[in-house]
Amino acid sequence: MNIYFTVVQRDLRLAMRRKAEVLNSVFFFVVVATLFPLAIGPEPAMLRQIGPGVLWVGALLATMLGLSRMFEGDFRDGSLENMLLSPHSLGLMVFGKITAHWVLCGVPLVILAPVLGLQFDLSEEALWMLSLSLLLGTPVLSCVGAIGAALTLGVRGGGILISLLVLPLYVPVLVFGAGAVQALESGVGAQAHVSILLAMLLPALFFSPWACSAGLRIALE
Amino acid sequence: MAIRWFYYAAPQTFYALAALLWPWLAALAAALGIAGLWIGFALAPADAQQGEGYRIIFVHVPVSWMSMLIYLAMAFWSVLGLTFNTRLSGMMTRALAPTGAMFAFLSLWTGALWGKPMWGTWWVWDARLTSELILFFLYLGYMALTSAIDDVRRADRAGALIAIVGAINVPIIYFSVKWWNTLHQGASVSLTRSPSMAQLMLWGMLLMALSFWAYTLAIVCYRVRSLIVERERHTDWVKALPEVSGVKA
Repeated sequence: MNIYFTVVQRDLRLAMRRKAEVLNSVFFFVVVATLFPLAIGPEPAMLRQIGPGVLWVGALLATMLGLSRMFEGDFRDGSLENMLLSPHSLGLMVFGKITAHWVLCGVPLVILAPVLGLQFDLSEEALWMLSLSLLLGTPVLSCVGAIGAALTLGVRGGGILISLLVLPLYVPVLVFGAGAVQALESGVGAQAHVSILLAMLLPALFFSPWACSAGLRIALE
Repeated sequence: MAIRWFYYAAPQTFYALAALLWPWLAALAAALGIAGLWIGFALAPADAQQGEGYRIIFVHVPVSWMSMLIYLAMAFWSVLGLTFNTRLSGMMTRALAPTGAMFAFLSLWTGALWGKPMWGTWWVWDARLTSELILFFLYLGYMALTSAIDDVRRADRAGALIAIVGAINVPIIYFSVKWWNTLHQGASVSLTRSPSMAQLMLWGMLLMALSFWAYTLAIVCYRVRSLIVERERHTDWVKALPEVSGVKA
């Protein structure tokens, strides 16, 4: 378990040395969320309706921006190869990297989304639900995305390829994440959506490090 | 008698087998297809509610079955390829993908053609349609990934992993009808209860499904032969082939 915390700590420290890269994806999220009212129009009723979806799509794209960085640096300076050769469990190390990605790309979104939600005139309950759904959903995005990142490592056109591979797999998270807020707004209650999000999170946490290590082994063999 | 399961796993032996099989399978596909279409368009009666427009079912349903089944077949070959490390498995997966993508596209297209007269719309965002679309994207993603990696072995293995990960999506498609109760009608054919359609319609659909099966097997055999020759071109047996000798590598 030690190796897990070591990797998390190392990745966070590395990211803190280059803050701009982390902030870029957060700014991207803010800018994307701002574009929609400008394109669609400022009517509060309309904004209330599209708000959760827009913020969720923004979150999806923002987490994807960080994916290609997940293994790229380590791949280039050779530390990834050392990780594969080390006697420690590769799965745990990969899980550490996924966690670090989530802390850097997911957590800021969870915190920022309610603030941006105010621009969309969402009610207080909806804002809480938006944060909750992102809190449960963004780790799934990091987990699934990590598999795509591992498979496209060092492949030409990797950036666009990741989005082709990963976005279709993101769809269920998007549907239930944004759906949770909409269900709450429409008075149905979001319990079912939250349960399904949780049901997607647990297997993702379990299987992703394993599949991701297999992907890394294929990429580096 | 011990069955030699892996005899045809060698590209050399499978190459010969595929050469033998594909013309027969292609002929079978044509014969079954003609019979199925004849039943579907000439013999089957018009539907009580949907009139003549329902006849697209004879293409739409088998095509949708195939699009899901081929993805499962890809996942099957991927598991085999990753566990036994056989060369042929990767080639089979690669050969299946374009056909699967074609069937997924056809399923969406014929579905749209059916939806317009019946529901009054080309497209609804219902779970089954949406997951079929996602399946189509999965095929595209698989083909994009495998064609982006130059090293054939790595491409096969990476593709195998993404195919297995994506295979989780196929059961979601199938069960989405039960999970979400939306505009799309329930499954037309069920194994547990008697079918809700006339016997003749069922026959037409089954014949079409078998025809598409035969077509898929034929085209996969054909495509795998090309892949084998391309990848094994450095070997002596490929160089000795009558259809290859004389052609510059």
